[in-house]
Amino acid sequence: MSNTMNIGISKRKVFSIITMLIAIVIALAWTIPLFWSIVASLRPVGEPFARGHVWFGSGFSFYNYKHAFSLAPFGRYFINTILLVITVLAVQLVTSSLSGFAFAFYKFPGKTILFMIVMLQMMIPTVALLVPNFQTIRSLGLYDTILAMAMPFWGSAFGTFLFRQTFMGIPRDYGDAARVDGCNWFMIFKNVYLPMSRSTVIAFSISSISWHWNSLLWPLIITQSDTARPLTVGLARFTQLGEVGAQWGLMSAATLIVAMPLIILFLIFQKRFLEGYMNSGLK
Amino acid sequence: MNDLTKKKKVSAIPYLLILPTLFFVILFTVYPLIASFKGSFFIHRLNIPKYREPVFCGLENYSKLFQSEEFRLILLNTVKYVVVLVPVTVVASLFFALWLSKERFRKFRVAIFHPAVLPLVSAATIWMFFFTPDYGLFNSLLGLFGYKGPENWTGNPKMSLWALVIISFWKDAGFYMIYYLAGVQNLPKDVYEALRIEGAGPIVSFFKFTLPLLKRTTLFVTTVAVIGAFRTVDHVIVLTQGGPSNSSSLLLYYLWQVRFEHLNVGLSSAITIILVLLLLIFTITNFLVSEKGGDNV
Repeated sequence: MSNTMNIGISKRKVFSIITMLIAIVIALAWTIPLFWSIVASLRPVGEPFARGHVWFGSGFSFYNYKHAFSLAPFGRYFINTILLVITVLAVQLVTSSLSGFAFAFYKFPGKTILFMIVMLQMMIPTVALLVPNFQTIRSLGLYDTILAMAMPFWGSAFGTFLFRQTFMGIPRDYGDAARVDGCNWFMIFKNVYLPMSRSTVIAFSISSISWHWNSLLWPLIITQSDTARPLTVGLARFTQLGEVGAQWGLMSAATLIVAMPLIILFLIFQKRFLEGYMNSGLK
Repeated sequence: MNDLTKKKKVSAIPYLLILPTLFFVILFTVYPLIASFKGSFFIHRLNIPKYREPVFCGLENYSKLFQSEEFRLILLNTVKYVVVLVPVTVVASLFFALWLSKERFRKFRVAIFHPAVLPLVSAATIWMFFFTPDYGLFNSLLGLFGYKGPENWTGNPKMSLWALVIISFWKDAGFYMIYYLAGVQNLPKDVYEALRIEGAGPIVSFFKFTLPLLKRTTLFVTTVAVIGAFRTVDHVIVLTQGGPSNSSSLLLYYLWQVRFEHLNVGLSSAITIILVLLLLIFTITNFLVSEKGGDNV
C-alpha cells in the first residue's frame, strides 16, 4: 500500500520535473534571438561571424555601438521617436476619453451609426490607406514632419472603444446624481468618470506607445530627412547601408539601440505591461 | 417655444465630445476609402506626362491587375500568409496561455511575451542573421532535428514567405497569449473541479469546456491576428524586399511599391480596394464561422 503510494508520488515528481524542463527549453528558445543579439553587439571589432563562431568573440567591446552612432544619427532618431509617441498619445488620450464618455454616458440620435463609423478604423488599418493619406498630408503641407506621422492616429477607434467599455462599467447613478446636483458634463467627466479609469489610461498608453514606437511603414513613407525620421525608419535604412552589409555585430547594436528603451521599460514594469494588455482585450 | 426645445432636448454636447475623434477618423479612414474607390477607376501615373492628371478608365486597373501574373502571385502569397500564420499563431498562443496560467510556470510569461514589445524591424534584423545559410542559428537548430534541406531562407523562392511567417509567429504568439490569459483567468473554477471529480480527462475538458468558454476571446484574437497580418510588412521591407521574384511580396508591400516606385496612383488605389475587400472577407468569414460554432454549444 505504502509502496504504491511512493511510486505514485515519484511518478508525479518525475512528470513535474519533465514539464519544467520542457518549459525551460521553450522559454530559452524563445529568448535566443534577444540574447544572441546582445552578445553579438558586444563582439570586438574585426572578428567576423562564421560557423562555430556565432556566439562569443574574444571579449566584449562597445565598439559596435559607437560605430553605429557614427554611421547614423540615432540620437536624433531617438528624440524623434519620443516626440512621435508623445504627440500621438497626448492627443489620443483626450479625444478617446471624450468620445468614449459620450458613447457611454449619453443617448442621442445617430449614436449607433456614429459609433460604427468610428469603429471602422479598427477594421481597416490606417496604413493600408497610405495612398490617399499621403496625398492629404502633402496638401496640408506636413510632409516630413513629426505631425505627419502622428496626425492620422489622433482619432482612435481602439481608444474610444476601451474608454467606452470602462465608462459603461461605472454605474449611471453616479453621473446622474452629479447632474441633479447641477454638475455640468465636464465636472461629471473629470470628477466621476476619469478617476475611475486609471487602469484604462495606463493600458491604452502602454499599447499606444509600443505601437507607435515600433511602427515602420507610415513613418517611412511620410518622412525623407533625419530631422523627422524615427528610430525604426533609421534602422531600416541602416541595415541597407552599403558599409553595414553582413556585419552582424554592428547590425545587432543598431537593432538594440532601437529596441532597448522599450524592452527595458517592459522589464521594469512587467506587471503593468502584462496587466495593461490583459485589460485591453475584450471582456 | 420653450416647451418645444425642452421636449426635444437633443443636447449638442455628446456630438461635440465625439467630434475630434470623428473628424480624424473621417479624414484618415472614411475619406481615403472613398478616394481610393474613386481613384481606382482612373489612370493616374505621376511618371507619364499624359496621365499626370487622372483620366477615367472604368475597370481597366482591376482587369490589368487580375491579368498580371505578378499580382496574382502576390494575392496568393497574401492569402497563404494569412491562412497559415493566423491559425498557427492563435493555437500556439492559446497553448501558451493555458500553460503559463499555471502558477509554477508564471515566471516564463516574460520570456514568451517579450518579442511583442520588440519592433518588427528589430526582430527582422535579428532573424536575418538566424536565416543566414551555413552558420545561421535557425539552420543549426533545424540541423539538430536532422534537417538537411536548403538553408538560404530569404533567397529561396520556396522558403522566403515562410521565413516571414516564422518571424511573425515568434513575435505575435506571446502577444495574443496575453488576451487568452485574460480569458483563462475568467474561466469558472468550479466547473473544472466538478469535471475532475467526474473523472473527465484534460483533453475532454479542453474541447468540451475550455474551448467553447473561450469562444469570444478566440473571435477577438483571430480578428486582431487577421488585421495584423494584413497590416505588417516591416519584415518584408527589411528581410526580403518581396523577393526573390515576388515570392515573399504581400499586398500592402506591393501597394507601396506600385505607388512610390512605379508612381502609379490609379493602380495602387485599385490594390487598396482589393486589400480592404480581402481583409473584410477574412474578418467577416471568421466572425460568421465563430457565430455558427456557437449553435453547437
